[in-house]
Amino acid sequence: MSQLPKPDTAELRAKYPGVFERPASARLAMPATIVAALAIFAYGLVDLDFSPSRLISGMSQLGWITMMMIPPNPGASFPLYMQALGETLSIALLGTTLAALLALPVSLLAARNIIPSNLIRFPVRRFLDSIRGVDTLIWALVWINVVGLGPFAGVLAIMVSDFGAFGKLFSEAIEAADRKQVEGIRASGGNALHEIRFGLLPQVLPVIAGQVLYFIESNTRSATIIGIVGAGGIGLQLAEQIRVLEWQKVSFLILMILIAVAAIDFISSKLRFAIIGQRAVV
Amino acid sequence: MATAISILPAQQLATLNDAYRKAVARKRLKATVAAAVFCAALFIAALGADVNLHTFFTYFGNFVSYFDRILTLDSGARVWTDPVEWFWGLKKWLRLLGETLLISYVGTLTGAVFAFALNFFAAQNTSPGPWVRFTVRRLLEIARTVPGIVFALIFVIAFGLGPMAGVLAIAIHTTGALGKLFAEIVENADMKPVEGIRSTGASWLSCMRFAILPQVSAGYASYALLRFEVNVREASVMGFVGAGGIGQELVVAIRKFYYSDVSAILVTIIVTVFIIDISTGWLRGRLFGKETRR
Repeated sequence: MSQLPKPDTAELRAKYPGVFERPASARLAMPATIVAALAIFAYGLVDLDFSPSRLISGMSQLGWITMMMIPPNPGASFPLYMQALGETLSIALLGTTLAALLALPVSLLAARNIIPSNLIRFPVRRFLDSIRGVDTLIWALVWINVVGLGPFAGVLAIMVSDFGAFGKLFSEAIEAADRKQVEGIRASGGNALHEIRFGLLPQVLPVIAGQVLYFIESNTRSATIIGIVGAGGIGLQLAEQIRVLEWQKVSFLILMILIAVAAIDFISSKLRFAIIGQRAVV
Repeated sequence: MATAISILPAQQLATLNDAYRKAVARKRLKATVAAAVFCAALFIAALGADVNLHTFFTYFGNFVSYFDRILTLDSGARVWTDPVEWFWGLKKWLRLLGETLLISYVGTLTGAVFAFALNFFAAQNTSPGPWVRFTVRRLLEIARTVPGIVFALIFVIAFGLGPMAGVLAIAIHTTGALGKLFAEIVENADMKPVEGIRSTGASWLSCMRFAILPQVSAGYASYALLRFEVNVREASVMGFVGAGGIGQELVVAIRKFYYSDVSAILVTIIVTVFIIDISTGWLRGRLFGKETRR
């Protein structure tokens, strides 16, 4: 039995000082970050009124609520809920489409290869940023003030908040487009509009279509939320049933949302693959 | 230079033209059918969503004038002529904004810790067994798909009004979202270090700690920071259902038509979101920059 020779630590230390003797700042950086993070966390717990007794009583409440949720049961309101779900899907589809239609011309203004001048592009970009900074729910509240309660306010809210997101995404897609085809159109005597129509759009449209589908998918979720403030759809039913503590109906509605979202996910990912092909998944 | 463009004989040209026209016609037909189906879907959706263009055009003026109104002070002057009057409640709003940031911080950290604990079970290459993986994945999916504000509504009833419900709602939603992303990072990790460590007789836990964790921690930090950014926006509306933060103040201002307050609170929210976006972007750039330099 031969033993491996014991490593000579002293020699190794002399050979690789960088491994054994890191400067104090590097050694302390990680623990200091962790301590700071935990300190803020602890301060947050105190400031936000966390207490063990509240947590425990809340948990037992929550357990009780979960027990009440089983089995999910819509009662007699199933047709009503299906209608609300249809409303939600309609809100998502219409809102996203309108946003895409509105955002396309504006995104041209925000793209560097179309409008080289900073003077126009900068304000357009900041404008889009500000719209994106405001949550869909806030837009829903504003539109409810304007057109009244109901799904139409939801459509307009999704339209406005997605307009900001689309404007940015589309302009990025346009900036990523290949310059050569546009030059080809110009060389054969096309004007600026021809360049956009025949040089740019054929490259950009599949990307845009993929993004729009993706947003329809994610907006199905947003559309459930905006119902909570009164903008129609299944969220309205959900918020009402939670407020009157009809837990079986609540769990049924949540199940419906889960299934609808999964179905939309499935369909739109199939469609996206069909449009843009396997190679470029957004 | 005397080059001539060669022109094909008419017969050959005719067949080629024919084939071209057919191909184009097929493509056009496909596009037309797809457009027709889409328009039909839109039409049905418009009926379902009670779209009423009459209402829209009658009240569209209201939408424009709404912005006019929120930018006007009670005295009738424009808001920017008197910033002190415009931001009269700045102290209170800043405190609530601080609370919003704390909600999203505590929620994100809690969610990230849970996601961290669960993601090794959810990833295909590290999960101890298919049953564990299936269960954990479904749980994460539910936590992710149910919107945060729905959790907040339920938690407000269980835990009472206040920021605690908001924190827990954000924590659950974050667990779902980050758990999936973390698991994807782990699935992309190199498995050779794991084999090396296992060959020394180490347990599953040591394999995760010494083989996987060093590869994935930078990705984790980056995604967690990104999530914090998203959660700040989410926390700003948690107050709508009574779960703490600046949202409470905003919803009261909107519902009670305190116009100039609405614009002031919106401006403070937008500025905060900008600052958070920029600083986390900078931090993420530094984290990843450091990783690539090593």
